[in-house]
Amino acid sequence: MEAESSQLVFYLLSFIIVIAAICVVTLKNIFHSALFLILVLFGVAGIYILLNAEFLAAVQVLIYVGAVSVLIIFAIMLTSHLTSRKIKQSNEQVTLAVFICAGFLLASLASIANTVWRITDRPMPEHNTLTIGKLLMNDYVLPFEIVSVVLLAALIGAIVLARKEGT
Amino acid sequence: MTGSNLRILIPEVFLFLSALFIFAYDLGIKRKNPRQIGYIALAGIAITGILLIFFHGGILYHGMFSSDSLSVFFKIIFLGSAFMAIGASFEIASEKIRNHRGEYYGLILLSTVGMMFLSSANELLTLYVGLELTTIPLYVLVAYYKDDKLSVEAGLKYLIVGAFSSAILLYGLSLLYGMTGSTYLVGIKINLSVIFLTYGKIGPGLILAMVMIIAGIGFKLALVPFHMWAPDVYQGAPTPITGFLSVGSKAAGVIAFSRIFVNGLIAFSTDVMKPLDWGIIVAILASAAMIIGNITALRQRNIKRMLAYSSIAQIGYVMVGMVAASTMGVAAVGYYMFIYLFANMGAFTIATIFNDKTGSDDIVNYAGLSKSSPFFAACMTIFLLSLAGIPPLGGFVAKYLVFAAGIQAGYTWLVILALLTAVVSLYYYANIIKMMYFSPETPAQPIKPSLLARLILLIAVAGIIFWGVFPGTILNFATETAKVFAF
Repeated sequence: MEAESSQLVFYLLSFIIVIAAICVVTLKNIFHSALFLILVLFGVAGIYILLNAEFLAAVQVLIYVGAVSVLIIFAIMLTSHLTSRKIKQSNEQVTLAVFICAGFLLASLASIANTVWRITDRPMPEHNTLTIGKLLMNDYVLPFEIVSVVLLAALIGAIVLARKEGT
Repeated sequence: MTGSNLRILIPEVFLFLSALFIFAYDLGIKRKNPRQIGYIALAGIAITGILLIFFHGGILYHGMFSSDSLSVFFKIIFLGSAFMAIGASFEIASEKIRNHRGEYYGLILLSTVGMMFLSSANELLTLYVGLELTTIPLYVLVAYYKDDKLSVEAGLKYLIVGAFSSAILLYGLSLLYGMTGSTYLVGIKINLSVIFLTYGKIGPGLILAMVMIIAGIGFKLALVPFHMWAPDVYQGAPTPITGFLSVGSKAAGVIAFSRIFVNGLIAFSTDVMKPLDWGIIVAILASAAMIIGNITALRQRNIKRMLAYSSIAQIGYVMVGMVAASTMGVAAVGYYMFIYLFANMGAFTIATIFNDKTGSDDIVNYAGLSKSSPFFAACMTIFLLSLAGIPPLGGFVAKYLVFAAGIQAGYTWLVILALLTAVVSLYYYANIIKMMYFSPETPAQPIKPSLLARLILLIAVAGIIFWGVFPGTILNFATETAKVFAF
């Protein structure tokens, strides 16, 4: 019974995510696209909760919904006339792209359906935030630290590119 | 348990600290000699190279980071290409990079740090993060001429294609994790074998994952059909960065490829269990790269675009050694990349100097170069002949080894194709040499490279000739690296 209801929630969330994602890439008003993007990110957070990954869900809401989306909306609002302008999101290659994507989708669905996936029978850790924290600071400390270097590189790069010249 | 082994991180950490030092130094010093920062960057790379000799061997975090001979070999290539790229950057007029030399050199070093982590990564997360650290500074460096439309366009293209390919790669890696439940390559290898023995098949999900990983890394390698971005980006980027892209970034892709496929997924191309042979996919892509790269290079009039297509073809030859997936194949790939470092970086160094002195990248303007600057023309000739694979230069031995490994592994058709396309490539390489030596024109003024540039060119020429005639030392080292993989 519980499995069935969680499946129902999963399909509902997926439906919302897919529809919203299609809106993001088809709507002509970029501001509306940004709003639908927030809906997509919320939906993904819902899926994380469904998978018992509360920490990831919280991070998803805080960073993607909270920070990234707000930044995107700020950028749109601060760019003059962008909110009122109609922007075409496709070009003449759209039919070809749809066919290729549909083919790729079918191929991936077929192969995913016919594959044995590794399903763990171990119970979920009770405090998964604690577990993630321990893993990040022990086994996975190296990639964790490299990520901070990646962020540094991205920050410096963004400043170099955006800096006003002649100062 | 891991504490005592932390010393094997010293070279990477030192290089990272030198990058930080450069950023800080550039800020703190008001009246600075732009060359000074460059020399600091060169010194940082040189010291990292020395540290690498003392601190290597051993693993960290259950084999996540492995400082084995393979990684050391490729780290030398990365450091060499960063060294030559920074040396060549001395020749760029200062108004083009403006006053941001500190950030420019620092970002090159950060990218090199990423490559070094990548080459040691035996675990998917570390590998992916290392790859990101490699490419993110490169997005910025490609767009470094902010006033030049071509450079900005190149930066934008590289960013979009790069981000897209990273996403595809990540999806492929996550599928691999979903099937095996491990991010460690060793664990993936074991678990895939367990699945195979239990169910008698792996399922098409593995093919999907492999195709996505090949596509993701293929973008970084500019392997056909994922090469569309390369010519525009190579043309628009600052020339030393183009060289760094074509050697350092490609070598990073090559080692990531060999770690994942030749090491992680090797069990699936042996005869014991053969659900999928990734070799054939890669062999087809390699042949496409050799054909399209070489034939399109014939028509190029811009030296950077020509070298871009030539490097697409070169990576096709490297992949011939890769599909062999044998001790000889890995050794051949290593040797090939080592010689390619000298030849391609050398050619791009010359293109940088030439562009700085004449303001042109057109092949036509190289006409009669041998009369005005004989040293310059002679170096370029050596580099091009090595890229074409003419004996007794290093490029010949490299091609010979790669082809031999291909034949040994049973890819005779691929090697025949490679030989034919190599003949085609001779035409466009020789065309530049003909321009330089047999054109009646005489350029107005001779080109006088700086002392450092001369030194770098001399080292590159010496390396190509010396290791072409006596390939033993490098070849032994490269063969040693193959022992990392259990064949």
